[in-house]
Amino acid sequence: MDRVQKLNLVGLAKADYAAAPSTLCKGCGHNSIANQIVQVCYELSLRPQDVIKLSGIGCSSKSPAYFLGQSHGFNSLHGRMPSLGTGALQANHRLRAIGVSGDGDTGSIGLGQFKHLVRRNVRMAYIVENNGVYGLTKGQFSATAEYGQELKYAGHNDFPPIDVAVEAIVAGAGFVARSFAGDAKQVRELLKAALSYRGLAVLDIISPCVAFNDEEDSRKSYAWGRANEKALQELGFIAPQDEIVIEDYDPGTTRVVELHDGSRLTLRKLEEDYEPNDRMRALERLRRGDEQGELVTGLLYYDDSRPSLAEVSGFGDTPLSELPDDLLRPSRAALEGVLAGYA
Amino acid sequence: MGVQEPLTGPRVGQDPAAVVNDFSLAVATANGTGSQTANLALLRSFFKMGIPVHGKNIFPSNIQGQPTWYHIRVSRHGYVARREPEMLVAFNAATVHEDVAGLPPGGVCVYNADIAFRPERTDLTYYPVPVKELLADVEVKGKVKEYVANMTYVGVVAHLLGVPLEVVRQSLEHHFGGRAKLVDVNFDVVRRAHAWAEQSLQKVDPYRVEPMDATQGLILMTGNEAAALGAVFGGVSVAAWYPITPSTSLIDALREYLPKLRKDPEGRPTYTVIQAEDELAAIGMTVGAGWAGARSLTATSGPGVSLMAEFLGLAYFAEVPAVVWDIQRVGPSTGLPTRTSQGDVAFAYGIGHGDGKHVVLFPSSIEECFEFGYKAHDLADQLQTPVLVLSDLDLGMNNWMGEPFAYPEEPLQRGKVLSAEEVERLERFSRYADVDGDGIPYRTLPGNQNTRAAWFGRGTGHDEHARYSEDSDTWWRNMQRLARKHDTARQYVPTAVIDETAGARLGVICYGTTRYAIEEARDRLAREGVAFDLMRVRALPFGAEVEGFIARHDDLLVIEMNRDNQLRDILRAELPQHAANLHGVGYIDGMPLTAEWVERQLLAHLSGRAD
Repeated sequence: MDRVQKLNLVGLAKADYAAAPSTLCKGCGHNSIANQIVQVCYELSLRPQDVIKLSGIGCSSKSPAYFLGQSHGFNSLHGRMPSLGTGALQANHRLRAIGVSGDGDTGSIGLGQFKHLVRRNVRMAYIVENNGVYGLTKGQFSATAEYGQELKYAGHNDFPPIDVAVEAIVAGAGFVARSFAGDAKQVRELLKAALSYRGLAVLDIISPCVAFNDEEDSRKSYAWGRANEKALQELGFIAPQDEIVIEDYDPGTTRVVELHDGSRLTLRKLEEDYEPNDRMRALERLRRGDEQGELVTGLLYYDDSRPSLAEVSGFGDTPLSELPDDLLRPSRAALEGVLAGYA
Repeated sequence: MGVQEPLTGPRVGQDPAAVVNDFSLAVATANGTGSQTANLALLRSFFKMGIPVHGKNIFPSNIQGQPTWYHIRVSRHGYVARREPEMLVAFNAATVHEDVAGLPPGGVCVYNADIAFRPERTDLTYYPVPVKELLADVEVKGKVKEYVANMTYVGVVAHLLGVPLEVVRQSLEHHFGGRAKLVDVNFDVVRRAHAWAEQSLQKVDPYRVEPMDATQGLILMTGNEAAALGAVFGGVSVAAWYPITPSTSLIDALREYLPKLRKDPEGRPTYTVIQAEDELAAIGMTVGAGWAGARSLTATSGPGVSLMAEFLGLAYFAEVPAVVWDIQRVGPSTGLPTRTSQGDVAFAYGIGHGDGKHVVLFPSSIEECFEFGYKAHDLADQLQTPVLVLSDLDLGMNNWMGEPFAYPEEPLQRGKVLSAEEVERLERFSRYADVDGDGIPYRTLPGNQNTRAAWFGRGTGHDEHARYSEDSDTWWRNMQRLARKHDTARQYVPTAVIDETAGARLGVICYGTTRYAIEEARDRLAREGVAFDLMRVRALPFGAEVEGFIARHDDLLVIEMNRDNQLRDILRAELPQHAANLHGVGYIDGMPLTAEWVERQLLAHLSGRAD
């Protein structure tokens, strides 16, 4: 007898969110994240047809082929997914977007486009699968690798890292989180919140590269992450239709964030004095984490006061891509009216 | 004062030697002094008098203080090519000696009497204008005074040429669009200068204007404005750009027209214009929007096109519609950033990494800028590929006469886009399958609600179902299909304009704005008994008519504004059987061609030809 598949609110089984099998290395953090994306979209009852998956180039950017096979997707150019996504989401502002990038794609070649994507607040869950190395080209350091790191192929890293979360905060992102591929539950809850956010949500996920950068002393390894993860909060995502049930609710220790689509994120503080509403404090906490050898994870910063690019653009309900021809081509009289001014 | 005495020529009006409606006037001023208003007032005055006219900005890449020239060609024959000026308005002390030296014998020099200049050439007619004195009683202050100072030459030239003051006033009203106070301030100076000239200057040169009816019903517009208007009527919905001369005014025009013409019934915009952080992002946004189903464009110039190469290659291969307006300038880098060129032809045609041949359009007039403005979007959608429109600075930034644009008769051509229902009727949707044998596949748009509609866009090898593939046969098959699609494009693009009335052995080939000098040269040579046939190519890939013209002539000369004869080389490569007959004359110095230059080149070519 077939196993009965549990269906979500739009009548889909988890299998409906699957895609081609991964061709990445066994144990790669990116595979774990792809699996969480499948799980999250299923749990959120998203219609795959309403989602687009976007990526640049790199191991991470291959992964959209491994989730949501019923969604349109585009594996674009190295570091250029932000601009492609901006155009696509302006063309159709009703689509939900999952962007998958890597530390080379975002931290090096695409740093400029990333910062401008943040600045424009394009509505997208932007995931950086951060492993500190270039996998497809066999193990060079990326710009997020730690200062002074030694790797067999890459040698000694002479330069300090670019911190994707810091860059996002400085550029004005309203949703900045860091997570760890080894902490599947946290990845899921943050992903759900990111997909429900008003604008650009940045998820910097430390996602170990088992081929080139998983030595125990590497700050991008599973072992180091497991030993040193310091979660700021215990997160819980609550869908719009669900009731909040929090045991031992204490406003001093638990905060509820209302998201744009009516869902809520509960944050039970694990670090008593951390509130994710202060940019300078977030930056300070990240710096302290680096100094103390902690992998600080959780929601670092949250502010939904700034409208998304689509909101700023003032679109109606119908996406530009679906407007009827008579709204795209003005009338003959309109042309004559313009030309009269040039006679 | 000696210089006001007649040096040459009898009085106008009684003399058959008068040169009526046939001269070129150069105005030399400093950049940023507001001379554009004065120059356009003169241009429009001639136009309003019914005289064919065209104006060219000849300017360096500076904001303020550097020399700038405006050339107005007045031609009762309707010629609009650049012509070395016989008349000069010398209002820039920095260039006055050079400017005066450039005049032909018998030329006319109207100059600002306040600048350090002593007329020395005795073969010219001089008219000094006491600018400060004329402005003494004008009640405006500071910067405005500097701006209105240029109206003194408008008044003097209007008197010398015989432009009625009322016409100048109408031109100013047009320019200021109903801002009566500005019209009054400027016209007051024109009137004063005109009155002074009437009193104080004795007209001794032969140049003058008389009303005609050759501009009745025509419009006067820049190519960039026409291109933007075409795009608006072509349904452009996403425009992404990064500022670069000489393309910026295209986006400026788009931003002017779109809010007026493109609102939905609730008053919401049916468009968006995004100023990107660079051209890499501008083309990324354009391609992203095209993939998602909106008509999209970017406008740029050579340096920007260079940065767009990677995305254009991807869009060619992933088969995404996009429109790129390249307003060509002289390169590389900043090159001659404010000078005209046809230097991007070869680069545009093959842009991208790996194999790729693109659809490239060559507008030559404001009518074609408008027409290609909407057709480029039809072609991009029909062929699912980027379309590059190669205008140039001369066309884009200067005012040209044209027929009022014809409203597009065909509805928007959206190409092979499958709806959810259409996907439902298929056994299987295959994104890159050549169902119709024309090389053009079917596509679906993100947001299509059919669960079988999705496909994954990528630059990596893919099979007919858009699945990742490194299979050699699959790759080759796809490249062959793309080649087939390129062949299909030949039937869709604008055909060449061919004039074989001469039935000559020599066939001249051109594209874009060089046509004006070539057409004028053809008339001049015809009077000397020298004839040639003419073909103006309007697109790549070219259609059968281009090969036909080439096959019917055993001596062909391709004239273009680049050193390397880029179009000639493309024709030679694609029509190797005719390669030996295809000659070229390429020239680039930043200035538009003149008929004199073309005439010399043609005569040289003919005299060197082995008969």
